[in-house]
Amino acid sequence: MSRLQVVSGKGGTGKTTVAAALALALASRGRRTLLVEVEGRQGIAQVFETEPLPYEERRIAAAPGGGEVYALAIDPELALLDYLQMFYKLGGAGRALKKLGAIDFATTIAPGLRDVLLTGKACEAVRRKDKKGRYAYDHVVMDAPPTGRVTRFLNVNDEVAGLAKVGPIHHQAQAVMGVLKSPQTEVHLVTLLEEMPVQETVDGIAELRGAGLPVGRVAVNMVRPALLGDAALRTALQSPSHTAVAKALSTAGLGGARRGGKAERLVDPLLEQAGEYAERHTLERAQRSVLTGLGLPLHELPLLTEGMDLAGVYELSALLREQGVGATA
Amino acid sequence: MSLEPANPLAVDPLLDDPETRIVVCCGSGGVGKTTTAAALGLRAAERGRRVVVLTIDPARRLAQSMGIDSLDNVPRQVPGIEGKGELHAMMLDMKRTFDEIVEAHADPERARAILENPFYQSLSAGFAGTQEYMAMEKLGQLRATDAWDLIVVDTPPSRSALDFLDAPKRLGSFLDGKLIRLLMAPAKVGGRAGMKFLNAGMSMMTGVLGKLLGGQLLRDVQTFVAAMDSMFGGFRTRADATFQLLQAPGTAFLVVAAPERDALREAAYFVERLGAEKMPLAGLVLNRVHSSGAAQLSAEQALAAAENLDGGGIVDQPPGKAGLVGNSAPEAATDRATSSGPGSPADQDGVRADTAAGAEQEKDADEEVPVPVEELTAGLLRLHAERMRLLAREQRTRDRFTARHPEVPVAEVPALPGDVHDLAGLRAIGTYLAEAGTGPADET
Ligand SMILES: Nc1ncnc2c1ncn2[C@@H]1O[C@H](COP(=O)(O)OP(=O)(O)OP(=O)(O)O)[C@@H](O)[C@H]1O
Ligand SMILES: [Mg+2]
Repeated sequence: MSRLQVVSGKGGTGKTTVAAALALALASRGRRTLLVEVEGRQGIAQVFETEPLPYEERRIAAAPGGGEVYALAIDPELALLDYLQMFYKLGGAGRALKKLGAIDFATTIAPGLRDVLLTGKACEAVRRKDKKGRYAYDHVVMDAPPTGRVTRFLNVNDEVAGLAKVGPIHHQAQAVMGVLKSPQTEVHLVTLLEEMPVQETVDGIAELRGAGLPVGRVAVNMVRPALLGDAALRTALQSPSHTAVAKALSTAGLGGARRGGKAERLVDPLLEQAGEYAERHTLERAQRSVLTGLGLPLHELPLLTEGMDLAGVYELSALLREQGVGATA
Repeated sequence: MSLEPANPLAVDPLLDDPETRIVVCCGSGGVGKTTTAAALGLRAAERGRRVVVLTIDPARRLAQSMGIDSLDNVPRQVPGIEGKGELHAMMLDMKRTFDEIVEAHADPERARAILENPFYQSLSAGFAGTQEYMAMEKLGQLRATDAWDLIVVDTPPSRSALDFLDAPKRLGSFLDGKLIRLLMAPAKVGGRAGMKFLNAGMSMMTGVLGKLLGGQLLRDVQTFVAAMDSMFGGFRTRADATFQLLQAPGTAFLVVAAPERDALREAAYFVERLGAEKMPLAGLVLNRVHSSGAAQLSAEQALAAAENLDGGGIVDQPPGKAGLVGNSAPEAATDRATSSGPGSPADQDGVRADTAAGAEQEKDADEEVPVPVEELTAGLLRLHAERMRLLAREQRTRDRFTARHPEVPVAEVPALPGDVHDLAGLRAIGTYLAEAGTGPADET
């Protein structure tokens, strides 16, 4: 899999959770990954149940088989200061700029500038090598902005082209695009089996492709288990014999099957629930077929009904591995 | 079973009260704010009021059904309303709203300079908080025209419901901020004492930014700032004015949440914040609540019974295939029926080549092989067990909220299996919303 894994998707579909699970999955078997977040929301710290992350790469989790996950919450202001420091050796003047609000100003009023700094930092981590010439990280996983904004976020070159036509930011943007538009990068989208997120996924893929950004996989998250097989579902919908079901319920120990009996009174509500299940099932099936039609590799991750916690993230990462993620370097 | 809330929200009296002029639907993303806003608007209109609904990012089909899928940033009358009221609806175009502010406050030449400025363009399209600010702005505009007796507003999707209250001020202070003024005219702001430092800071900053971005960028900023001169101060003031509108007695907030941990936690924060801001909270709309007509049967009982049927050991009657399904069950297909039961490959890989809708499959005579009644019944029981677990989880999260805020009235809307995308669906939601407040608890 590519060295830079960008995870996007509609808001609330599980981008951060899936990005964390992916970073864990890719770190298995002794590898090292870096999980970066770019929106200053401390989502990674929440998922890993730790203190808020500083602007600094630090080890955040161990992966099965001796691997390690590092995490970095990129702060655009600090990234700009770093950057200025690197080019202009500002010293104390950098702090003065910050105090004046200039850094805040520059990164706020020019979102393109902010994005270049954020993606630039991630790309730097992708390219970084140690003294022996080995990559510092096997993979960098980015918890990216949602589908509606991700293309603009990644397409920094276009974004800053109108703003900075020359100068170091311009060069940085071009270097970043070199990584983002290459096979070194894959952009994945997380979705649910619902109409809006699926539509957003379809639109998002078209937009990413239109901008020449490499689309990777689709992860369907929070998938509910199939509780009723197709044949049983069909039978339930064909108005099955009320008495036969009542008898079966009675045989199973749920009371009398005669009219008005305990078991008999369950029949209608149970069939009604099956009808509701069928309706949802049909909708989900339609959405799934839209997703299959995209022709991209599809992963499915179950809804963890007891709520998500760190153990749940490990569970999802194990499932991703079972589905082939991280099998080959 | 759906438990009646102890403190039901009386929706109709709220909508009917001529004193109610603004209803704000807020809550974290994905909980059904837009649908709730549209359903409330429709109900109020059909009860005789002249209503406008301001939606933000509505689902495509919902927008189409209301005739507001074209973005022109003005309310359109929705056809098909029953009764003598009127429903108008619009969907917010944040960039257009921003452009309109500029056009309204600057002479044409200056306005054009602003609108064409690359900074303005990235700010109006992408600044975090712009959408919230523009939603507030639009609300203020709608209210100012006094053309409607009720305005129902949806709020932008965000992780935190509080963003709606905080973002406009952030953008306002940013636009009216010290630095922007400084860039424009350093001498005006600094005062004598600050002058030297500020000027030194300024020239250093312009120097560095100029080098970094290429001098043209900075010139763009300065042009932009100069062109916006007439509007500074205005943003903050406008944001404050709308904020006050929200505190006025004619405004009612409804917090929308799904019965899930995160959404209800956000709802609780929001309730507390509204209290602190002295903003009038009408109640909580709990959306997508599950219920069961067979709640007397617990999840454990259902699963135990399903296992009994699986084992088949206690079944002393012949497998009840014949006569199970009313309409023609082909007797011949016995063995195929067993090979397509739950657990067979066909069922487990959800992604099948033929993903035709279930309805079509029903018509396929060859596929119409009923499963044995025991298998069907066991399936129904498992489905029920899952439903009961879901109910219990929802009940727990709901209890946690009520314990924290027993004073907040609640209306519940059941989880409907499909999407709501037409007036009939919205009307049904409206009925559910209103039912909470008319139950027995309310009449005593
Ligand atoms: N498979 C799952 N099963 C159960 N809960 C899940 C699952 N995936 C995510 N969640 C939960 O759903 C919520 C949203 O997930 P998450 O924060 O990862 O989404 P996001 O797409 O990053 O959201 P945002 O757009 O706000 O950044 C969280 O409470 C998370 O714990
Ligand atoms: Mg997130």
